[in-house]
This record gives sequence, C-alpha cells and structure tokens, in this order.
Amino acid sequence: MLLGKLTLDAIPYREPIIMGALSGAGLMGLVVMALITRFGKWGYLWREWLTSVDHKKIGVMYIIVALIMLLRGFADALMMRAQLAMATNGHLGVFPPEHYDQIFTAHGVIMIIFMAMPFMTGLMNIVVPLQIGARDVAFPFLNSLSFWLLVAGAVLVNLSLGVGNFARTGWVAYPPLSELGFSPDVGVDYYTWALQISGIGTTLTAINFLVTVIKMRAPGMKLMQMPIFTWTCTWANVLIAASFPILTGTLAMLSLDRYLGFHFFTAEAGGNAMMYLNLFWAWGHPEVYILVLPAFGIFSEVVSTFTGKRLFGHKSMIIASGVISVLGFMVWLHHFFTMGSGADVNAFFGIATMVISVPTGVKLFNWLFTIYRGRLRFTSPVLWTLGFMVTFSIGGMTGVLMAVPGADFVLHNSLFLIAHFHNTIIGGAVFGYLAGFTFWFPKAFGFRLNEKLGKAAFWFWQSGFYFAFMPLYVLGFMGMTRRLNHTNNPAWDPWLYLACFGAILVACGIACQLLQIAVSLRDRNKALDLSGDPWEGHTLEWSTSSPPPAYNFAVLPQVRDIDAFTDMKERGEAYTVPKTYEPIHMPKNTSAGVFIGGFTTLLGFALIWHIWWLALLGLAGIVGTFLVRAYDDDRDYFIQPDEIEATERAHYERMGLDFDDYSEGEPAGTPDRRPVTAA
Amino acid sequence: MTHAIGHEHHDSGTQTTLGFWLYLMTDCILFATAFATYAVLFRNTAGGVSGKDIFDLNYVLVETAALLLSSITYGFAMIGAHAGKRSVVMGWLVATFLFGALFIGMELNEFHHLISEGNGPGASAFLSAFFGLVGLHGLHVSAGLVWMGVLMAEALKTGLTGRLMTRLSCLSLFWHFLDIVWICVFTIVYLKGAM
Repeated sequence: MLLGKLTLDAIPYREPIIMGALSGAGLMGLVVMALITRFGKWGYLWREWLTSVDHKKIGVMYIIVALIMLLRGFADALMMRAQLAMATNGHLGVFPPEHYDQIFTAHGVIMIIFMAMPFMTGLMNIVVPLQIGARDVAFPFLNSLSFWLLVAGAVLVNLSLGVGNFARTGWVAYPPLSELGFSPDVGVDYYTWALQISGIGTTLTAINFLVTVIKMRAPGMKLMQMPIFTWTCTWANVLIAASFPILTGTLAMLSLDRYLGFHFFTAEAGGNAMMYLNLFWAWGHPEVYILVLPAFGIFSEVVSTFTGKRLFGHKSMIIASGVISVLGFMVWLHHFFTMGSGADVNAFFGIATMVISVPTGVKLFNWLFTIYRGRLRFTSPVLWTLGFMVTFSIGGMTGVLMAVPGADFVLHNSLFLIAHFHNTIIGGAVFGYLAGFTFWFPKAFGFRLNEKLGKAAFWFWQSGFYFAFMPLYVLGFMGMTRRLNHTNNPAWDPWLYLACFGAILVACGIACQLLQIAVSLRDRNKALDLSGDPWEGHTLEWSTSSPPPAYNFAVLPQVRDIDAFTDMKERGEAYTVPKTYEPIHMPKNTSAGVFIGGFTTLLGFALIWHIWWLALLGLAGIVGTFLVRAYDDDRDYFIQPDEIEATERAHYERMGLDFDDYSEGEPAGTPDRRPVTAA
Repeated sequence: MTHAIGHEHHDSGTQTTLGFWLYLMTDCILFATAFATYAVLFRNTAGGVSGKDIFDLNYVLVETAALLLSSITYGFAMIGAHAGKRSVVMGWLVATFLFGALFIGMELNEFHHLISEGNGPGASAFLSAFFGLVGLHGLHVSAGLVWMGVLMAEALKTGLTGRLMTRLSCLSLFWHFLDIVWICVFTIVYLKGAM
C-alpha cells in the first residue's frame, strides 16, 4: 500500500467537537499567515528567527511554542473539568470515553513535554549564556536542531487531532494497555514518536548547555560563582543527560513490541509490563526535578533581586540542588508501591522520598532568610514567588504523606495523587516559569510587561489553583479515582463543581496574561528598558543592553564575585568602554535545523502510518541535510570593531550616558554616573 | 585578554570532544537500560530456547576478536594521524573498517541463523531482550562504519585538517566505547548464557 494504514477514515469528520477545534485552529493559522504575508514578513521570519542560531531567539521561539501548547493543554483541562462537572447523576456529559481518554492523555503529554519542558528550555536558552558572560552556547547549530526536533514532536501531537487519533492510555502509556493487542490503532504510535523525537532534542540540549557552562564561562568566573539559575539549570541538565536516554530506550522497546512483534512488555511470551513501569519512572521521576529545579533557580534570582540582597546561602542552594538531583534518581519506585515489591523495598523508596524534603526545606529557609530584613518590592515576579512558597509547601507535604507506602496503597491513582502532583508542578514549576517570564521579559524584548495585568493574572491563577485542586484532595479521600469519564456519587458533586469553578478562574488568569502581552506590546514605549537593568539586577545578564546585541557582550566581562554585576556596579566598573574593540567571532544562521526538523516530522508521520517509502525518504533527508551541514565551510563570520562601537554607542545614548566618558583608564565611575533605572 | 577572540571558537576541538564525551555517557545509559532489561527478562524463555541452546562460544570468540582487533588498528590510525601521515591513517582505517564489517557480518549471520530456526525476537521475552541488546550494539557499530567511510572520503579529499582530526578523535572515542560495551555483552549475554 502506498499510504500504509492511512485512509480517509483517519480524519474524524463525524466528530463535531474535533472538527470545530480543527477549523478554529486552522482559521487562526490562516489569519497569522495572512498577516505575515500582508506585512511581507516571511523573509524576515525565515532569516531572523527560524534559521537563527542565536540562543536568545531560539529561547524566545521555545517559549512561544510553550505558550501555544499551554493553550492547547489548558483547553484539554477545561474540557475534562467541564465533563466531570456535567457527567454526574446519570448524565454522561459531552465526551464519550474514547474521546475523553485521548483528552486526558494529550493533556498530560502536552503539559509536561510540550509546555513545561520548552518553557524551561526557553528560559535557560535566553538566560544561561548571558549569566555566565558567554556570547553563545557551545554548539549553536545543535541548539537550533534541538528546537526543531521539539517542534517536530509538537507537530505530530497536534496532527493526531485531525489525522487518526491520540493514545487513550494516560500520559504514562503503561503496557499491556499500550501494546498492539489492546491499542491497535495509531494513537500510541503518535505518542511514542512525538516523545521519542522531542526527547532526543532534549538530550542534545542538555549536552550543549553542560559543555557551555563548563567551557564558556566569562574569565574569572569559578564554577561556584555561577549564578543560581545557571546552577539549577546545570543540575537539571545533568539529570536530563542521565535520565532521558532511559526514556529513549523504553520507548524504543515499546515500539519494537508494537512494530516487530517483540515481547518486552507484553502480557504473553514472558514479557514483563512492570519493567516498563520501572524504566518509565526511572526517567519520569528525575523529569519532575528537571522541571522544578530551574524554577527554584528563578525564585532564587527573583527573591535576591527584589530584596536588594545577596541570596542567602548561595553555596548551600547549589549543594541542596545537587542532593535533590541525586536523590531524585533513587525514588522512582514510589510511583508504584502497589506493584508489591515487598516491605523492605517499599520502605527504602518511601524513606528516600521523604528525605528529599530536607534539601527542599533548606531552599525554602534560604529564601525566607533572604527576604528577612530585606526591602522586598512586591512586583509580580515576587507575588509568584510568595505564592509558590506557600503552595509548593502544601504540595510537598502531601507528597511526604504519600511517601508512606501504607498510605499510598489507599491513595494510589486517586484524585489525591492528581491534586498532589498538580500542586507541585503548577505551584512549583509553572509559577516559577511565569515569574521568570515576567522577570526576564524586558531583557529579551527591551520593554517591561504591564504590572497591573500581571498581578491580576497571578491572583486568578493562585485562587483558581486552590479552587481547582483542593477539592481533588477531598475527592481523593472520598475514594474518587483518576481518569473517570462520568461519576454517580452525589457526595462528590459539590467538589467537582468547585474544581470546575477553579479551572474557570485559571482561565481568567490566562486571559489576563494574553491581554497583558497585547497591552504591553501596545504601550511598550511607556515601559522601555533603556538601561538593560530594569530591576537593579545582580548578575551579568543585566549588564548588557535589552535586548542584548547578537554578540551579547562587546567585551567579555571579568568576574570576581557571585553577584558579578553588583560587584561591578559597586566598584564603579560597570559600563566601562575599552580603548578598542576586538573583532567578534560569531556563528552564521543555518536552515539545516529547520530541514532536519521537517524531515524528522515526515519520518515520524510515516512510521506512525506505516508508510515505509516515506520513512526512508525522511531518513535520507535527515542524513543528507546533516552531511551537507557537516561539510559546509561557510559557518561563521566576524563582527568588526566599528560595527560593535556603533552598536555600543547607540546603547549608551539610549541610557543617557556619554560613551566617551566611560573609556577605560578613566577614574572609577561615581554612583551618579550610573544610569537611572526606571522605577 | 588573550582569549578575547579565541574564546568563542565554535568548532574548537576541546569543546566538541567534551560534548562527544557527554553524548557517550548518555549512550552508556541507553545501553544500561538495555542491559537492565536483559537482566530482568533473560530467564523468561516462555518454554523456548535459552542462551545455552543457541550460543556458540567459539563463533562469538572470533566475532569478539574481530572487534577488539579493530580497536587496536584504530589506535594505530590515530597514532598515524597525530604524526600527520595520511597514508598510514588510511591504511589502518581500512583495516579497522574490514574488522568492523567482519564483526557485523558475523552478527547478521547469527541473527539470520536464529530467525530461520524460529528463534526470532518474537519467540520469547528472552529473545526480545537478546536481539534488543545485541542489535542496539550492532546498530552502533554499523553507524560507526558509515561514519568511518565518510571520514575516509574526507581524508582523501582534504587531508588531515584540524576539523578532521577532531572528528577522527570523536570516532575513536566512539569505537573504543563500543568495544567496552561489547566486552560487557560478551560477558553478561554470551559467557553467562552459555554456562
């Protein structure tokens, strides 16, 4: 067959809800494309963004993908809450099980892999090279490739909405349910290839950023002097490098079962489904620390910046993150205490789980001691941080509760568990990313976000979170399990209604954020960040202009302190200009990443639908593009001193400083020469 | 500020080599996953053959010798590369390639033999894990052979440039790494299985 398993029946034209969603998304896509055409921006988009190897632009693109996927994943959440609020007392709601099961699977996959991960990676891309005083990452092309592999995975997940279907297995895709015998259609294949492709991109990102922080720190910066966000990202990258290959292997084995009749995890011929669970969580548990550690770093930066103090216990923060990383690898079995591995094994994993609360507690106290006797400015990043400190503590404590194997046998797969992990992932990771988004937005775009709408968004999210998830704790205690399509217990109803109300509040929060972006874009001239240092920052990213020039730093900064930029400001050495500039060596943009991403999408699609000739074509495209890139000698260029000087002059003019006044050899700057920062 | 310019060399060998090292560590974990799965599943023969019935240690010994010798010849190629002698590099790379191809050929023959006797990967979880682990290693060696071919073509075309030296060093790491993995495969799968 020329088209494998693909027929016209794969398009769900009989499903009004799906077709409605598809046409809505299609319409939006058409509008965006029409606008780009109308303003003649295709060339600009291609040259300046899609083919860019600039870590700042790649970071921005990651976050755009994350925000789009947040909308998709949140739409799934709203549908689930609405369904469960309606489908009680004999009503069946609007979503039949075969559709509803796809919704909760897609919600989990999208939120973890295609929202949280790219959000984290995006912030890391924008900030880490700037914080360590580097001009780019170690492997700029690889960075672009990683991004396009993520896009390939995201495209496949979204394609499953209109062509075929998505997995109905839950986001963990446990066998034997996910095996061919019980999930014969393409849903699970969409799942495995989307995760496989984006997971490989994530591994490459981790390698890239590990080499970057090891090899490319600014002169003078010792490892223990790296800013805390960079450190937490580094630990996350260590975790990625150590855990994502397990996911790669596990998905490959599941695929071998499904494609070539292997028996790794099947229910027959000696296959062992529990092996999948062990492997999945040997990746999955480190994964939640991969998500949350960088968020911890963001909170640390925010607290330290807005109290105007050095972070309390910078070193203990680094060590605590390391301890969390190591322990995070030793607790995976707590996801299935009910497997029945015996009291000794369960006790080991239960205690190891509880021990993680010690380094986490260290962090919490460090933040509190940083705030203590500081002058905390209540900006919206600070609100997210305070909201996190309260919310995450609750989530942590319910986690410790479930770490008791006996209690877990009661609560396993109940809504109590759902409440717990949303409590930590939303209250920990997502709040962190949103704080970081607001905090570093001016650095990436050169203007600040509207504070009023930012605060409104926070309060909607914060209150919405409690309304949506506290009832789930109660429902868990009342015996309601996860992944139910409809219920028939009047005692649960009020709590289900409350949870639905909470989801609507969060929707208002997201609406505020969309409005915030629009309003801030409109009013950007009133909130320009001319100095590059809008919050009185401590670290190097604030020492350059906003947005930074392609080369980040005209001269690589000399680092003497943890808070390198504060140190420079205090010494009066900030903003000094060298007598002459040296040419700067920079990588050229390349379209190879886009093409490899495109061919990988083709390959994934072909494998899902068993269109073997297309799979071969995709593979040949990937290898061919890679070879062309490997033997492309025209990869880099130099930015010449006169161009650098012109750029820097313009930046000093915007700051209101006299460029020539700051020439090296001048007496140390006095405080009144520092640029006035906008309040 | 001596490294004001040099600091940003995006293709500098040390960065690439460190990055490749880190990649190998991730690959190591991928193999660890396959080994762990094999360790869990190797008793699950589902009434079919076990390692004792299908492994021919003499055959595997020759296979192993081919791969180990290819590591030595690659080492000679690298010595030649550091001495800047292209013909020496080419000669030893050809030898390495032939040993590697012999290894892969023998492995494919073993697989073919097993499948034709009804002991394919679908017969039992033990055979799935066996084909999965050994096949993963074989795929790596095959990719290494393709890579070696590409680098030989590059050496013929451009000579021993700095870029080629970095690439040869990375392939060298890769090749020796696969040797170490094979020693584990030989011990855990074949030796233990045949006993």
